[in-house]
Amino acid sequence: MNSMTNLEDLGHLIVEEIGTDILSWSVAYGELMAIVEKSSIARILIYLRDSEALQFTQLMDICGVDYLGREPRFDVVYNLLSISHNERLRLKIEVEEGLPVPSVTSVYSSANWWEREVFDLYGIPFDDHPDLRRILTDYGFEGHPLRKDFPLTGYMEVRYDEAQKRVVYEPVKLPQAFRNFDFESPWEGMERTVQASIPPNTLQEIK
Amino acid sequence: MKKPFLNEEALKAGYGFEAIPEGLDQDSLLQAMSEEVSQRGFIVAQLDKVAAWAQSGSLWPMTFGLACCAVEMMQTAAARYDLDRFGVVFRPSPRQADLMIVAGTLTNKMAGPLRKVYDQMAEPRYVISMGSCANGGGYYHYSYSVTRGCDRIVPVDVYVPGCPPTAEALLYGILQLQRKIRREKYFSRY
Repeated sequence: MNSMTNLEDLGHLIVEEIGTDILSWSVAYGELMAIVEKSSIARILIYLRDSEALQFTQLMDICGVDYLGREPRFDVVYNLLSISHNERLRLKIEVEEGLPVPSVTSVYSSANWWEREVFDLYGIPFDDHPDLRRILTDYGFEGHPLRKDFPLTGYMEVRYDEAQKRVVYEPVKLPQAFRNFDFESPWEGMERTVQASIPPNTLQEIK
Repeated sequence: MKKPFLNEEALKAGYGFEAIPEGLDQDSLLQAMSEEVSQRGFIVAQLDKVAAWAQSGSLWPMTFGLACCAVEMMQTAAARYDLDRFGVVFRPSPRQADLMIVAGTLTNKMAGPLRKVYDQMAEPRYVISMGSCANGGGYYHYSYSVTRGCDRIVPVDVYVPGCPPTAEALLYGILQLQRKIRREKYFSRY
């Protein structure tokens, strides 16, 4: 494990080398995180990968975050690993809805599928990606499921149609809507029971 | 000529009758049979029992695991519960299979391929829906990507509840399917 001071040193080193493209950085919970400029993400990753002192040769993951209501709305997170130095680094860029992010497939080839995943689940487009298709959801899927404003049950459901002899897609029809139960609380649903069984004027005294 | 040691249920099912001696009884029976043949073109006899015995004794399931239930399905096939004892042998091709165990969560993306595999199986074919997810969506009932029950895609013969069902539960389901096959009267259906 890294000590805090090591990570602080690493942070200072990276800021020194990269400069103003790093907007802010912090060490929290024993992990180093930096928010960087969106347009220069590829350049920064090339530096981190090729620098003799850092050698972040592996891109572990790219993921998205949806902060609904914040401007800009999305984060794209790059998790790096340096095998040689046993260090991890997390880079974040902030993206507005609908605006593209430069692809880093030319830097890390593993970024190809990660970026497809982020595009699939958040609808964040990547510029110059060689094959930007959906990767996880169904063919012809509507919407981006990990966005906070995506309805839980989605828009379409499937059924085998005996007449057409194939699986057909139809708008979702639920006989019963999704319900949330509070199993932790023994008083769940008590309010209504109390109100129903006791005359309204005595309810105040009980409270 | 009834055999006295058979119970009523067995007699009803047609067991235990001996050949009828020559005479009026035999004549009337033969006449009834030939009428049956001339009118409907066939006779329902004990052959369906032989066929049902053969079918239920060699249920070959398609190797088709979708999620964690498949692990329990493998357990059922392994040494302790040993599906081989019942003539249940997993086949790698739908052409050779007559049972499909839908073991696990059926997603919308997998619904098409599942139906395709089912369509490729030769008749008569059976489907066991294994686990809550395959029965009705289960834990993922309200999910945007999961089919709410595999009976929306294929006709299901036996539902095995559980999340996942134990190996015993699946075995029981298979035995129930065998019972179901044994009481089928195929030849009178057409």
